Amino acid sequence: MSRQQRHDARVPIALAVLGWLAVAFFVVPIVALVIRVPWSSLSDVITDDATTEALTLSVLTSVITTVLAIVLGVPLAWLLARSNIPGRQFIRALCTLSMVLPPVVAGVALLASLGRRGVVGAILDDWFGVRLPFPMPAVVIAQLFVAMPFLVLTVESGFARSAGTVEEAARTLGASPWYVFTRVTLPATQPAIIAGAVLTWARALGEFGATITFAGNFPGTTRTLPIATYLALESDIDDALLISMVMVVISVVILVALRGRWVGAIGGVR
Amino acid sequence: MSLSIDVRRRIGATQLDVQFTVAAGETVAIVGPNGAGKTSLLRVVAGLISADEGRISWDGIVWDDASSGEFSPPEQRPLAYVFQDYALIEHLTVGDNVAFGLRAGGVRRRRARERAYEVLDVVGGSDLVERMPSSLSGGEAQTVAIARALATEPTVMLFDEPFAALDASARAHARRLFSSMRSSSVARLIVTHDAVEALTLADRIVVVEAGSVVQIGTPSEVLATPRSHFVAEILGLNPLSGQLRGDELSLGAMSLTVGAHGVDDGDVIAIVWPRSVSLHRERPEGSPRNVWRTTIDAVDRSDGRVRVQLGTPLPIAVEVTPAGFDALATEPDGEVWASVKASEIVVQPA
Repeated sequence: MSRQQRHDARVPIALAVLGWLAVAFFVVPIVALVIRVPWSSLSDVITDDATTEALTLSVLTSVITTVLAIVLGVPLAWLLARSNIPGRQFIRALCTLSMVLPPVVAGVALLASLGRRGVVGAILDDWFGVRLPFPMPAVVIAQLFVAMPFLVLTVESGFARSAGTVEEAARTLGASPWYVFTRVTLPATQPAIIAGAVLTWARALGEFGATITFAGNFPGTTRTLPIATYLALESDIDDALLISMVMVVISVVILVALRGRWVGAIGGVR
Repeated sequence: MSLSIDVRRRIGATQLDVQFTVAAGETVAIVGPNGAGKTSLLRVVAGLISADEGRISWDGIVWDDASSGEFSPPEQRPLAYVFQDYALIEHLTVGDNVAFGLRAGGVRRRRARERAYEVLDVVGGSDLVERMPSSLSGGEAQTVAIARALATEPTVMLFDEPFAALDASARAHARRLFSSMRSSSVARLIVTHDAVEALTLADRIVVVEAGSVVQIGTPSEVLATPRSHFVAEILGLNPLSGQLRGDELSLGAMSLTVGAHGVDDGDVIAIVWPRSVSLHRERPEGSPRNVWRTTIDAVDRSDGRVRVQLGTPLPIAVEVTPAGFDALATEPDGEVWASVKASEIVVQPA
């Protein structure tokens, strides 16, 4: 028995050292941030018009992005998980490419398509007089483009897991496909949708590269918190530290609020 | 009124090809080995999959007609399907599960709840109404699944191995419930691999092997002349493959004499009933034919009977009374004499 224990204990030591190194890697920057933040000027920065503007814009756009991601992403996830459309793998790859693309490239691609002289943007401008960049909707589009795949993948695996005889049983009981979807499938997939929405929201809140490329940097309309942080870094590092701290707090609050409940569903991301 | 089934459907390597009818008020058991296509047959009837060829109709109303392309989806067929895993909706209470079909059909919430309670009461599950499916035992979940199927008053009910996952006492209760549910206006199809279930619960038995119907008959007909190895085996009837020439049945290692039959010479399946074989300590007098010396491979005493597995040259199971077995006074691996009357061996074309 003791021999067995010694044997078991030996291997994890190497793992434990590396594991704790990783923990330090994550914790040290946050702790450093907390130490360096000039808490005395906290109220000044938070009540500063430029900061509140950026904060409001970030919260507003990220929430709109999350709602749109659910509206569009859940049906997309359903198509990927349940339908027999040809080239499903290829479509999935296309729709989740922006997740691994450098955000700046995503922004350039959006400019090329929806920009004033972009492929689609020119048509919108000529025919409808609609010009997207750089007002606030452009921020939402940039966020949606890079953040929605998180919801799509999470919900897709949720749909794949909830498939089974229950839906067939519901059909034989007289339920139409739509009734089955809304009363059986969606409730069963709810944890995955919430998990996906949280991932999407967090990604949207932190979005920087695609936003500044596609939507620009206009105070009040497109200057989100991450952009404001970056700009503050060039003028006043204390402001940058404080705004960063605000975002850390928001993220921690969300993480704690979710606790273990939906983390399992997040773990289902493939 | 009857359910008329005449369908062909390819499922993986199995070609389902069945044709039979189920009358209102009748219970038909579908039996056959795993992979025979029993569940697929139910799925075609339910409309969860469509037929490649052929037609399904109830009371003259077409549900599926491959030639005309008519196809009613499951929700438009007045049927209920009790799944092997019960398929209860996990986020709904038992009451809401039972009311689900009514709600889907547009019945108001309150009326649906009342009706759900009534049906649960009938099947003895009214105390479960507020429970969640995850908290139910297998027997309780089964009761709820049956209540849910009954709630919409279907005219066709499909059961897929309804008792397979239950323990012995829950199974007895579920079988009684199943028998008591019989209604003159409802046609019932039950898939089972349990011979006792098929024989006791069904009016007729449809034996399916490799996608095709090999026999349709009443339980007593199927018992008397099981036309398939599978059925004979599950009934414990000792099916033997051999060649017939006249009244001489060659079984490889030995041969038996059979009684009057109308079967042509050639390959046949012979059935030897376990109770028609007798065992003796000494060679029996007066019966020169169908007597052989054999080993005893295994003995199983249960339910007041002794089931004895014989060894070479004819490995069959026989059933004797405990007193009769004790009188043999044989060693476990000892040898005995076995005999069977020619008239008690049934032969039929293979």
